[in-house]
Amino acid sequence: MSAPQIAEQPLEGHFETVVAAEQRIEPRDWMPDAYRATLVRQIAQHAHSEIIGMQPEGNWLTRAPSLRRKAILLAKAQDEAGHGLYLYAAAETLGVDRAELTEKLISGRQKYSSIFNYPTLTFADVGVIGWLVDGAAICNQVPLCRCSYGPYARAMVRICKEESFHQRQGYELLMTLMRGTEAQRRMVQDAVDRWWWPSLMMFGPPDDDSPNTARSMAWRIKRHTNDELRQRFVDMTVPQAQHLGVTLPDPALNWNEERGSWDFGEPDWSELKQVIKGQGPCNTQRIERRRAAHEDGEWVREAAAAYAAKRRADGSSTDGHKGQGDAQGAGR
Amino acid sequence: MTETKAEWPLYEVFVRPRRGLNHVHVGSLHASDDRMALLAARDLYTRRNEGVSLWVVRSDAITASTPDEQDPFFAPSGDKVYRHPTFYDIPEDVPHI
Repeated sequence: MSAPQIAEQPLEGHFETVVAAEQRIEPRDWMPDAYRATLVRQIAQHAHSEIIGMQPEGNWLTRAPSLRRKAILLAKAQDEAGHGLYLYAAAETLGVDRAELTEKLISGRQKYSSIFNYPTLTFADVGVIGWLVDGAAICNQVPLCRCSYGPYARAMVRICKEESFHQRQGYELLMTLMRGTEAQRRMVQDAVDRWWWPSLMMFGPPDDDSPNTARSMAWRIKRHTNDELRQRFVDMTVPQAQHLGVTLPDPALNWNEERGSWDFGEPDWSELKQVIKGQGPCNTQRIERRRAAHEDGEWVREAAAAYAAKRRADGSSTDGHKGQGDAQGAGR
Repeated sequence: MTETKAEWPLYEVFVRPRRGLNHVHVGSLHASDDRMALLAARDLYTRRNEGVSLWVVRSDAITASTPDEQDPFFAPSGDKVYRHPTFYDIPEDVPHI
């Protein structure tokens, strides 16, 4: 009975060596079960966040104030869908199935980022999400480009390249509003007031309440602690807020000469816990929307599968250009 | 749930970033058939002019070596140092070699 355990010793050693040497673990490599489970959970949660993340902004697609803003917002929502798919593909290399992950999302067994459970009340929210929420996401995601698991790291490289557009369009939108009327400036400040603290919570609980951080860092999945990333985000964002002319709603925000960083107040962690537990303002709505989209699409998935099966039975090719590979066909 | 009955096969996607370069593997996707895989690959992997040509191939059509770098499969090339130009001593004053 101990045969598998004996056999795992050198495998585990090899895994540790590869990770310690800053090399990447690839899909068919041996890996500890807990490493695999941690990655599946994290990548699935990340993928779900991208997919659910389309909803708050999608809410404004039909009401964007100009064709330019609508085209931008549509492109952004398409990117979020794309990011979700890159990540589901990465998760699938670990032996899980996308359909299974979707089922876990809509049945509430897997989570997504708490930030998407807040409502988007005005069009200024679209700008603030781009600036703060995507800004925080970038802080979180850039170090993940060096994650020890190859497919996840590669998906993150692709995603980070695209996120920059998301943040910049948001900031530009806000600058435009700030140059507008007094009412428009108030709208921006109101959106900042509502999104600032939830954005800080995106980095997760404080380090002393984050039991898995140490292990994830040892495995080089995570590169920085939650609090380190949160501080980095605050330091990046304060000058941007000053330039924009908005006030971040934190009376404790203060430049600390000694640390060379901004001191800031403590987020309300009980609120984060409530939202994660499903009691945020929009949890039910977000999941219901996702469930409806999935179930309404069932006939399309079935029809496409039936069509493909019929074409196979007819012996007809379903695509355009067979054998257009460099080797001109399959014979080589 | 009825998910599994309409489950679409997995495809691997390869993109040629521009003329003169090889197609490179970029990821995978699910599609019901080859044509849909190609369209989805375009929408998913080339939204910003990342490619001038796409290949899609069913994942189950790929034959692969084992993942281990120590794989004896690659041993035949391991001890053939004479395949490398640095194996040969040529006097320094011989030009262009």
